[in-house]
Amino acid sequence: MRLRLAAGEGFSPPTTEFFWQPLVGDGAFAFTRPMLLMVLSVAVIAPVMVFVAKRMQVVPSKGQFLTEGTYNFVRNSVGKDMIGAKEFRPFIPLLFTQFLLILVNNLFEIIPLLQFPTFSRIGFPVALTLVVFAVYHVVGMRRHGVGGYFKRMVPPGVPGWIVPLIFFLELITYFVTRPVTLALRLMANMFAGTLLLVVFALGGEYMLLEGSNLFVRVASLGSFALFVIMTFFEILVGFLQAYVFVLLTAFYIADSLAEEH
Amino acid sequence: MPNALTAAVRAPEAESVWTSPILPQPGELIVGLIAFGILYWVIAKLVVPRFEETYAQRTAAIEGGMEQAEKAQAEAEAALREYQAQLAEARAEAGRIREEARSEGAAILAEMREKASADAARITEAAHKQITAERQQAVIQLRSEVGRLATDLASRIVGESLQDDARQQRVIERFLSELETADPNQVRTVATPATEGS
Repeated sequence: MRLRLAAGEGFSPPTTEFFWQPLVGDGAFAFTRPMLLMVLSVAVIAPVMVFVAKRMQVVPSKGQFLTEGTYNFVRNSVGKDMIGAKEFRPFIPLLFTQFLLILVNNLFEIIPLLQFPTFSRIGFPVALTLVVFAVYHVVGMRRHGVGGYFKRMVPPGVPGWIVPLIFFLELITYFVTRPVTLALRLMANMFAGTLLLVVFALGGEYMLLEGSNLFVRVASLGSFALFVIMTFFEILVGFLQAYVFVLLTAFYIADSLAEEH
Repeated sequence: MPNALTAAVRAPEAESVWTSPILPQPGELIVGLIAFGILYWVIAKLVVPRFEETYAQRTAAIEGGMEQAEKAQAEAEAALREYQAQLAEARAEAGRIREEARSEGAAILAEMREKASADAARITEAAHKQITAERQQAVIQLRSEVGRLATDLASRIVGESLQDDARQQRVIERFLSELETADPNQVRTVATPATEGS
């Protein structure tokens, strides 16, 4: 980072440039650090899940219990409750994959050496959101027909003159607001959390090493303490964002399947 | 932390558009899609079916256990009912036996009372008969005695022999009938058996 270089001129806080970390190449198709982490997460999750699945027993071991707890949480608390007991089954793999991928990549934020939340780079949330976007539109159009899908966006009983307005608003909700907020919420949370961690870490380091007097150097302890506290907080955020993402995915799917909007 | 964070960072080109936080870098987008696709395939093909299978098995096992417990409970209830029925039956039986014994006792008592009274009646009757017989015997004896005495007395008074049986008999008869008609109050007891005896 350039902070070291700039140290002589005073402390310059980390900027958005921190998140652009190409490892190989440059430009639009550079191989970046979050890409490596994304590949790593799949390389970790897939074998572990397959291993657990192969050794599944009716009476679970500790490891199986943990994995199954996560699975049952996504399956029942999210999928079954949101989409309904009749129709949620085909969506279990989607929800479970999303949850695992987001959770593990979010936890990368605080795992030493990795220390980077993949989903703070907008490309990854957008990738997942595109899938969600396609899924909820396709299941909705399959259920109600293309015309019926758009028709049911306007609730029945709305006065005629207001129908175009409602339809326009709903159209924006379905095609703009939902996907954009879904992707941005995840990205922004991880982005902001990481930025905070970096600020506290770099700020503490700067105060400790470059502090003009003893008081400033001792005060760096406060910065490091906040770094530790925020690290725990980020674990919570990581879980929460993974949960919110699958919850909203399930909600959008349920909404598309429902008879009335 | 700063070292770890910055270790892999090369000096970025300051003017790169990909530093923008909301502009998706195509490479990252594509890698994200591919990574998601691969993981989805693994989860959908290899993981979820196994999890669902175990889930179903466990549900079945739990339901089986519950069924078994229900069965055991039903059995226990049946045993209890049977026991209660047996108890009631035993109670009824005991009551019946008690009742039977009481009625039997009463019957025995009645029988004995009857028998006793019958005995008493029989004894009384026997006594009556004996008395009658004895009296009759006494009457007969008395009559022959009285006759003899009267004959003796008369033969002494009249002086004629009354040895002749037929006459003697006649005289006695006449005497006795005279006695009957003369003073019924005094000779009644003697007269009645006398007529009976002739």
